[in-house]
Amino acid sequence: MAGALVRVIQRTKTNLGIVAPLANGINNVPVRYQQSQAPPAKSKFGPLADNDRVFTNLYGRHDWRLKGAMARGDWYMTKEILLKGTDWIVNELKTSGLRGRGGAGFPTGMKWSFMNKPSDGRPKYLVVNADEGEPGTCKDREIMRHDPHKLVEGCLIAGRAMGAQAAYIYIRGEFYNEASNLQVAIAEAYQAGLIGKNACGSGYDFDVYVHRGAGAYICGEETALIESIEGKQGKPRLKPPFPADVGLFGCPTTVNNVETIAVAPTICRRSGKWFASFGRPRNSGTKLFNISGHVNTPCTVEEEMSIPLKELIERHAGGVCGGWDNLLAIIPGGSSTPLIPKDVCETVLMDFDGLVAAQTSLGTAAIIVMDKSTDIVKAIARLIMFYKHESCGQCTPCREGVSWMNKIIYRMVDGNASPKEIDMLWEISKQIEGHTICALGDGAAWPVQGLIRHFRPELERRMEAWASANGPSKAERLY
Amino acid sequence: MLSSLRSGVQFLWRVPSRALQTTSTLQHDSLFVHRDTLEDNSSIPFEFSPANQKRVDALLAIYPEGHKRGAMIPLLDLAQRQNGGWLPISAMHKVAEVLNLPRMRVYEVATFYTMFIRRPIGKYHVQVCTTTPCWLRGSDVVLNAIKEATGCEVGGNSPCGKFSISEVECLGACVNAPMIQVNDDYYEDLTVEDTKEIIDKLKKDEKPMPGPRSGRFASEPLGGLTSLTEEPTGPGFGLQDALKS
Repeated sequence: MAGALVRVIQRTKTNLGIVAPLANGINNVPVRYQQSQAPPAKSKFGPLADNDRVFTNLYGRHDWRLKGAMARGDWYMTKEILLKGTDWIVNELKTSGLRGRGGAGFPTGMKWSFMNKPSDGRPKYLVVNADEGEPGTCKDREIMRHDPHKLVEGCLIAGRAMGAQAAYIYIRGEFYNEASNLQVAIAEAYQAGLIGKNACGSGYDFDVYVHRGAGAYICGEETALIESIEGKQGKPRLKPPFPADVGLFGCPTTVNNVETIAVAPTICRRSGKWFASFGRPRNSGTKLFNISGHVNTPCTVEEEMSIPLKELIERHAGGVCGGWDNLLAIIPGGSSTPLIPKDVCETVLMDFDGLVAAQTSLGTAAIIVMDKSTDIVKAIARLIMFYKHESCGQCTPCREGVSWMNKIIYRMVDGNASPKEIDMLWEISKQIEGHTICALGDGAAWPVQGLIRHFRPELERRMEAWASANGPSKAERLY
Repeated sequence: MLSSLRSGVQFLWRVPSRALQTTSTLQHDSLFVHRDTLEDNSSIPFEFSPANQKRVDALLAIYPEGHKRGAMIPLLDLAQRQNGGWLPISAMHKVAEVLNLPRMRVYEVATFYTMFIRRPIGKYHVQVCTTTPCWLRGSDVVLNAIKEATGCEVGGNSPCGKFSISEVECLGACVNAPMIQVNDDYYEDLTVEDTKEIIDKLKKDEKPMPGPRSGRFASEPLGGLTSLTEEPTGPGFGLQDALKS
């Protein structure tokens, strides 16, 4: 949902650019642009040097247990970081420019600072969102099974920054082996006195618990996740009150993605300035990218933000199957983001602003590549079926609307539809977007909008072909 | 003659020729209501085993006083594991008793989450991911190979009773597509041959090797690393000045 907000801001900015001289002339008020910082000194982004990578055991080639983690620099000077106090940690995160890695891209330092209101006696909680289920995304899984200590240490530091007394890590139920690795890491940390009573000898008590989910994509939404930990159906809550006021068990809560939490210790150790030196301003840092679909060597890789999409695919994923010219379209940020066609992929930069400018979104940075052999309509239709299956059923526009879209788009796969229905589908998607409690409705609407925006001729071609083989479709006769 | 008149009028008015819908179509892979059967009815007793009773206590301990209900999903999962992979209604009643809740609260949760299976299933629950990233890499042929090898339809049990197949949504191993999950283990980077071999082994009750089948260890690019080729740096690398004392 925050993704949508970002998009609106971006549009206003470009509109402002046109009317700016006029507005200036009348009101004599300086127009505020989003990018008020100095122009970036850096113009080339990526590849990242190995010693600048946060996740050094991403591929599990080294020991993931406590001993191995400590040899790679985890849990080093954690006590000193904790003793620096809340403000120092939050400031370090603010300097780093880290934006939430779970899809919406909300600035993490600011989110943590919301928790530092005067206490009213209620305990505070940190909740880590490890309910990774967005199609295309599999980055948190690698962290939890190969670098679990980064996450546990991150929980401690984040917990200290917001004065929380415990962290609940909500891990999706299907990740059984990942959850057991994480549980082992937590047990090791307890035994070594790194968490628990007097964590790391800092005088601060902090517990970390693992809570396994049971297979519901919607529980990746923060309030649904809180409901689920409370032992209820995962149905999102209305906001406000925001979780920072009333969250888990009625107490102030912050929900963060695994990757966001896991990079925090390294940021504190190597300074926010170091982290901010990667990527463009407002999009700083390093990021885990998942490259799946029609590439020669699909992989998960940590790269600098703002790396060009084409370079990312050619360097790490061995290029598109059959060469770059065989590319049809790419979904750049997990299933909910609109697809972009080949000509946009040539130049687009992989960061929040770059993808918003291309009418899509960074999301979770899960890149799904589709080459020319793909039935693009079916690919999007399958995603809509996913959303139909995963809608929690609370809001009517999402529950009914996604079902309607599913029915219409599966007819469009064969071409058994009327060209007028393309506009109808667009209209339905616009009626769903923004009219639901959580962002699942938006996530279901955007892939359809992306398809219509870029592949309308393909849809019309299919309908023509079907009509010439079978006569006018039923929809054509009825509407 | 009247009937031809009717169809003519219908053509003119362009009345939607939809049939009356009498029952709602099934929107979910499983039935939401409970039906008493011989294997699953409330008169069959269910108790946690002594080993699991200890786990129950440990699970309850991580939730604060007054919010013990949080343990509902872990407890249902534990009950399902004890009962051979599916959740009978008597186990739901037991969980309600442990948590001191009305039974309805447990039914709500057990029907909402897809990992709770409320019908008897085979020893090996084969879950095939068919969402777009896996579909692009050929999950359809994998699914067909499994159907053929087990003689089982999606959503049903095999004739031998050993296998159940489900078509599931994204399991979060997209760079290792196509993949299946058998009980708790992921089998990734599958081809039709790999799939057949996995099913054959399971038929003989041997445990196939989990993980990617293409020769890679995890999610690194196949055929040579493009990053993380150097040894990881040790403690204190790049430490900022504020922490140096």
